[in-house]
Amino acid sequence: MTTSPAPQAPRFPAPGHAAPAHAPAEVHAHHGPQSFWTRYVFSTDHKTIAKQYLFTAAFMSIFAVGWSMLIRLQLAYPHNTWPILSSLFPGLYQDGVLLPERYLSLTTMHGTVMVFFVISLALVSGFGNFIIPLQVGAHDMAYPFLNALSYWTIVPACLLMMVSFFVPDGAASAGWTAYPPLSALAEAGSGLGQTIWLLAMAPFIASFTMGGLNFVATILNMRTRGMSLMRMPLTIWTLFYASVLGILTFPALTAAAIMLLLDRLGGTSFFLPAGLIVSGQVLPHQGGTPLLFQHLFWFLGHPEVYVLALPAIGIAFDVLAAFGRRPSFGYRNTVWSILAVSALGMIAWGHHMFTSGMNPYLGEYFSIVTVLITLPFSVIAINLVASLWRAEIRLHTPMLFALGLIAAIGVGGLGGLWLGTATSDMYLQDSYFVVGHFHFMIGVVTGFGIFAGTYYWFPKMFGRMMNETLGRVHFWLTTLGTFAAFMGMHFLGMGGYLRRIYDPTTYRYAQHQPLNVFISYALLLAALGQVLFAVNLFWSLFRGKRAGANPWDATTLEWTTESPAGHNNWETLPTVSRGPYEYRTDNAPAGFHPQGEVEAAG
Amino acid sequence: MTSAVLSPAEQPRADWGGGVSPFGVSWQKLMMWFFLVTDALLFAGFLVSYAFVRLAAETWPKQTDVFPMVKIAAMTFILITSSATMATAVGAAHRKDLRRAMIFVLLTAIGGALFLAGQVTEWATLIAEGARLTQNPWGPPPFAAFFFMMTGFHGTHVLIGVILLGIVTVRLARGKATGHGVEIAGLYWHFVDVVWCFIFPLFYLL
Repeated sequence: MTTSPAPQAPRFPAPGHAAPAHAPAEVHAHHGPQSFWTRYVFSTDHKTIAKQYLFTAAFMSIFAVGWSMLIRLQLAYPHNTWPILSSLFPGLYQDGVLLPERYLSLTTMHGTVMVFFVISLALVSGFGNFIIPLQVGAHDMAYPFLNALSYWTIVPACLLMMVSFFVPDGAASAGWTAYPPLSALAEAGSGLGQTIWLLAMAPFIASFTMGGLNFVATILNMRTRGMSLMRMPLTIWTLFYASVLGILTFPALTAAAIMLLLDRLGGTSFFLPAGLIVSGQVLPHQGGTPLLFQHLFWFLGHPEVYVLALPAIGIAFDVLAAFGRRPSFGYRNTVWSILAVSALGMIAWGHHMFTSGMNPYLGEYFSIVTVLITLPFSVIAINLVASLWRAEIRLHTPMLFALGLIAAIGVGGLGGLWLGTATSDMYLQDSYFVVGHFHFMIGVVTGFGIFAGTYYWFPKMFGRMMNETLGRVHFWLTTLGTFAAFMGMHFLGMGGYLRRIYDPTTYRYAQHQPLNVFISYALLLAALGQVLFAVNLFWSLFRGKRAGANPWDATTLEWTTESPAGHNNWETLPTVSRGPYEYRTDNAPAGFHPQGEVEAAG
Repeated sequence: MTSAVLSPAEQPRADWGGGVSPFGVSWQKLMMWFFLVTDALLFAGFLVSYAFVRLAAETWPKQTDVFPMVKIAAMTFILITSSATMATAVGAAHRKDLRRAMIFVLLTAIGGALFLAGQVTEWATLIAEGARLTQNPWGPPPFAAFFFMMTGFHGTHVLIGVILLGIVTVRLARGKATGHGVEIAGLYWHFVDVVWCFIFPLFYLL
């Protein structure tokens, strides 16, 4: 049991090179993380842990994007053979042809890794760890050790996921949703890979819960003096709601995963009804119901969308205010709307199950709740757009991505209306319309949030600016590629083209193959854009222009400490006397009032 | 935008104004509360699943035919009593009466261990009578599967609690534990009891 009262004191002294000259002498008296291992690897500093999360997410995204390229190659040219791929990936390709069951592994793993190991890690764990103590004015997270532990729990989860490609029968192939009976029955084709998938999700959930507890405790208890709730930047608000949603909904997935694991390994029948016949044999299972898994999964799955999208929107609000040089429009409305979206998002999960055999009356209810979310979500979207009203826009790369995010919310949000209404969803369910929709919401919106945040906070993380020209090219390639591809997918879906189809020419009547080829090239373009991003990232790490403490003239607290921020962020914590976005104030000499500014007497 | 700004020293110190804990609790206790919320929802997931499967089932065993209800009631009584001894221990620890606190933490741990012993014999009896994860002599197999899973998870929580209380006992004996620490351990222990207060009526009685 830890029994000491909230320690605000530094755990370790600041690393030598980052310590300001006036650092108190007693700080140096402690034994500090002087070796490479304690300073960069097993560190409890929230900024180091944040960078570990971000680089882990970047590393995982290389694979997730790579798998999507293989998927698109198959969909564009289903009848070509690629001998080189056979020699590169002997488990996936045979005689130059992608194995159909491995095609399903690729889609499954692309979805799983992107949702849980790239976007969650980067947006929530990565930026959350970096920005929460800096923006609320704390020396570190509430419980730095638990924070480090949560990162080191995620590493085996990542490794397990990757290892599953190399076991007999390959990686999980029941979809990222892992619906039983397919995912529960080895007889139905889900082998060791599916078990490993479940075992990898366990440490992920544990890690995410530990991180979420830390976030909530830090935001509630560690705010510096004067940082009232209604002075918190919107990034903090969105991360707070995302953490609360995670704490409230991940247990449902935990319960589902435990029961699925028992069905797989213990022979139980939680999700398996009587009378299942596989390969002409009646299975002994009886008494369960696969619908239960869908309820449990989507009780997490739908809020998870908000866990991912809200922090991206919060980052966009911060960036729009800083680069539009005006206060965020309707700050209070935004805060309450985020609460409403989160609350409604928790009771709307059934819109993923309209065609599952669920009682149609329930479908009616879930339709209404889903469409209700439109109201607060529209307030958020309108506030994003209205934050541009009379703005003096500085069109730097973070701002470009924030603007692109607004566009993506527009397209994705409208598509959501079609899917949230049971009548139109009956037709669109499981089609490429759904694929296009969720790639806009949890692909483009979250991705642009990650990029906006990276370009925006890179100077605070590493003390250098990222290259502006490369950033702009990266933005345009990403935007053109993803918007063309995912809007194209909407048209495919309207034409009746279903997802998870190995050979698109199965549809002899349909004329969509040229569109499929177009989508593949558009995504190739977007993927090439990410190469530029990687180049920019590593070039800027070593050669970027040195950044001052506040290179963007922004108001929030993180810009009151040096770049990169020192080990305890501030020697003495700043006090806050203002709201987060006081730009364009008449009496401010610089045209803006930093949140942590201390007024001269009188 | 241009309103007069008070210097931080002049500002009233509100509960939610930053620089203080809004609920007047340490982050340790706050974190424990949120952990209990997420853990409670895990059990809620199991219980809801149990209700879902049971409502879909055509038949369900009569619990009084399966379980010795007197014994289960005695176990429940012991577990709830251990919450009372825990509360006494917390009060004593806050009054710095570490000896009394130690005795009552120890009593709580013994109560938890007795409950666990009852649960172990219960499992042994049911397994001897033919209950397995995959089969249930009294009707549909999920009945036995849910029994083993839910009591197993709850029992694991009790076991962790007993170990935790053992550590607290040792710390109290060495004079290291504080009222705050005993209280956080107590929060967890009460939670374990409250979970049983849901499992007992919903699984054994209804």
